Amino acid sequence: MVGDKGWKKWLVISFFLLPNFIGFLVFIGIPILTSLGLSFTKWDLLSTPEFIGFDNYKGIIEDTEFWSALKNTLLFIIAYLPTVLIIALGIAMLLNKNMKGRAFFRAAYFIPVVSSWVAVSLIWKWLFNPTYGLVNYFLSWFGFVGPDWLQDPQWAMIAIVLTSVWKDTGFVMVLFLAGLQNISETYYEAAEIDGASPIKKFLHITIPLLTPTTFFILIISLINSFQVFDQVMIMTEGGPAGSTTVLVQKIYNHAFRYFEMGYASAVSWVLFLIIFIVTLIQNRLQKRWVDYEQ
Amino acid sequence: MKKSGIWAFIFVLLIGIIAGCSSEQSTGTSKDGTVTLKYFAFSPGEDHEDELKAMIAAFEKKNPKIKVDYELASFDDYFTKLQTQIAGNNAPDVFELNYENFVSYASKGALLELDPLIEKDTNFNPDSINKKAYEAFQYDGKQYGMVESFSNVVLFYNKDLFDKAGVEYPNDSWTWKEELAAAEKLTDKKNGVWGTYSPVQFWEFYKTIAQNGGSILNEDKTEVTVNSPENVETLTWMMDKMNKYHVTPTEKEMSGQANEDLFKAGKIAMLRTGIWMFDGFKDVPFKWDIALEPGNTQKAHHFFANGLAVSKKTKNAEAAWKWAQFMSSSEEAAKIRIDSAWELPAVSNDALVKGYLEKSPPESRDVVFKALDTLVVPPVIEEWSKMTDMFGKELDKVKLGQATPEEALKNVEKELNTLIKK
Repeated sequence: MVGDKGWKKWLVISFFLLPNFIGFLVFIGIPILTSLGLSFTKWDLLSTPEFIGFDNYKGIIEDTEFWSALKNTLLFIIAYLPTVLIIALGIAMLLNKNMKGRAFFRAAYFIPVVSSWVAVSLIWKWLFNPTYGLVNYFLSWFGFVGPDWLQDPQWAMIAIVLTSVWKDTGFVMVLFLAGLQNISETYYEAAEIDGASPIKKFLHITIPLLTPTTFFILIISLINSFQVFDQVMIMTEGGPAGSTTVLVQKIYNHAFRYFEMGYASAVSWVLFLIIFIVTLIQNRLQKRWVDYEQ
Repeated sequence: MKKSGIWAFIFVLLIGIIAGCSSEQSTGTSKDGTVTLKYFAFSPGEDHEDELKAMIAAFEKKNPKIKVDYELASFDDYFTKLQTQIAGNNAPDVFELNYENFVSYASKGALLELDPLIEKDTNFNPDSINKKAYEAFQYDGKQYGMVESFSNVVLFYNKDLFDKAGVEYPNDSWTWKEELAAAEKLTDKKNGVWGTYSPVQFWEFYKTIAQNGGSILNEDKTEVTVNSPENVETLTWMMDKMNKYHVTPTEKEMSGQANEDLFKAGKIAMLRTGIWMFDGFKDVPFKWDIALEPGNTQKAHHFFANGLAVSKKTKNAEAAWKWAQFMSSSEEAAKIRIDSAWELPAVSNDALVKGYLEKSPPESRDVVFKALDTLVVPPVIEEWSKMTDMFGKELDKVKLGQATPEEALKNVEKELNTLIKK
């Protein structure tokens, strides 16, 4: 029996947890549950919600714009994830070496991470300007005629991916740096004695021992990139011709522009389910490739 | 028993928080009989807040028992905030609505019918307001809003460029043909001067098709009429100005510069834009004036209006009406609007209108009122934002060369049919 004492302790702990718990409940817990309830209704915010069963979910299946938004989101992820991982790993390896100005470069690469998305998007919007933008000016040095970027449906998503990679590389780099510093020097020393080349060391020591970090980055980045929104909203508003409309933007449009809260809630829950399932699969697969040795 | 005690504690706290959220309305009648109204608006923006303050002061002087508390939001945030306040049972007593949104708020029953209050008010005469503008805020034959201001779009032209090219100034008899002929003479590739400009987007589209006798929906909005030969011809004309005749810059050729800025820089000879630009074009280093827009088979001009509506749930209907009426038809409010070059008040008071006409530039200010004779109101349906988004997307495709005008309008027709049948 724990008795009276255990209860008192519980009471004290709960008391200190309460502020946070209430904050969670009021601003996250209750809204989440409410949105689940709302996803079965038709609600324009002005009249009372009307229960319509699974109609919203059925509507999603027939909504061609949902599928094109999902397609655009997946295209973004496919282009964005590998790029940001590879570039960040490269920079992390460089900045892991003992070189002059290391601290400066680490800070420099991290600055975009702490900048606001709005500012970053606006700046890149100008950089991508076909006539006056620095990107096409830079390309012209090498004799290339740059594309119309944000005005061209084939290039707009690429421009958004590039902006996102630029913004997020610093964050992923810092995680990789932490992972790299956790790898004991002894492995490399042993490999060197055995005469391993730098490439072999990279492939057989660095990569395997980084897998826990890589796994963590993959989960976090995948969840984040399913929710890509700010940069799209500011740089293209989903255009041209709907070529950059992503899922969260669709949710925003339905909720705050078309005033279809019920439908927006249903799409949110579908997005949640997609993220949940993808994360579950990643978790399952991690046994096959993540190395928790040491 | 202690466990239930803790739960009771949490429960009480939660109730406290929830009760705290749904705070009592701060408006209402105080002990000395003074009524405080909550007013929510977007049209003052950043530039005209002082004028709104002056209007409130004038109103409170006239009605010492009524106080007006105002809150402002930018147009982009305004409707989200308003919906949220109404949903939270915390609606402002009086709020601004533009014509497009007025229809959806009225149809959803969020607004108070004003007719009983109008009948009771012996000081108010509807004739003091421009009739067409006044009627724009009726729904189902009942008055649900009071127009406070309107604006429209006319043809602005750069006189210096016309003189230089030796072209006669636009006049009321001009059609698209004369416009094109002049534009071809005015376009000067070497100096980057373009003959004429109008954007290819939804708002421009519904007005331009009206200039060719076309429409998007039939009169009672039960049938889609967008896919007609006249409309295909109109959209083709809009595109031809860029791609065939090269008298209008494409988006690429404009590369991110606003058409108003190009006009100010003397790079556009004829520009279709709103009368809200009068102030912005005041100090340009060339002479300019306005004219009626050329049409094809007939004339058509945009009409945009803002009005004040009263919340259905207000506890101070009478005071709310007085404020809405004051903003809409009082000389005081109208005078402040005209003096500050804010939007145009919709009053029919000749003396006030005369003051407006005498100002310049532009010299031909009477065009603003002449344009009202051929106004087209936006083809508002309940799914308004969805419709404008859908149009935007299809027009994008035409601009990108991914669809011909025929294909785009066929798509629009199909999508519109599902939207109006919802």
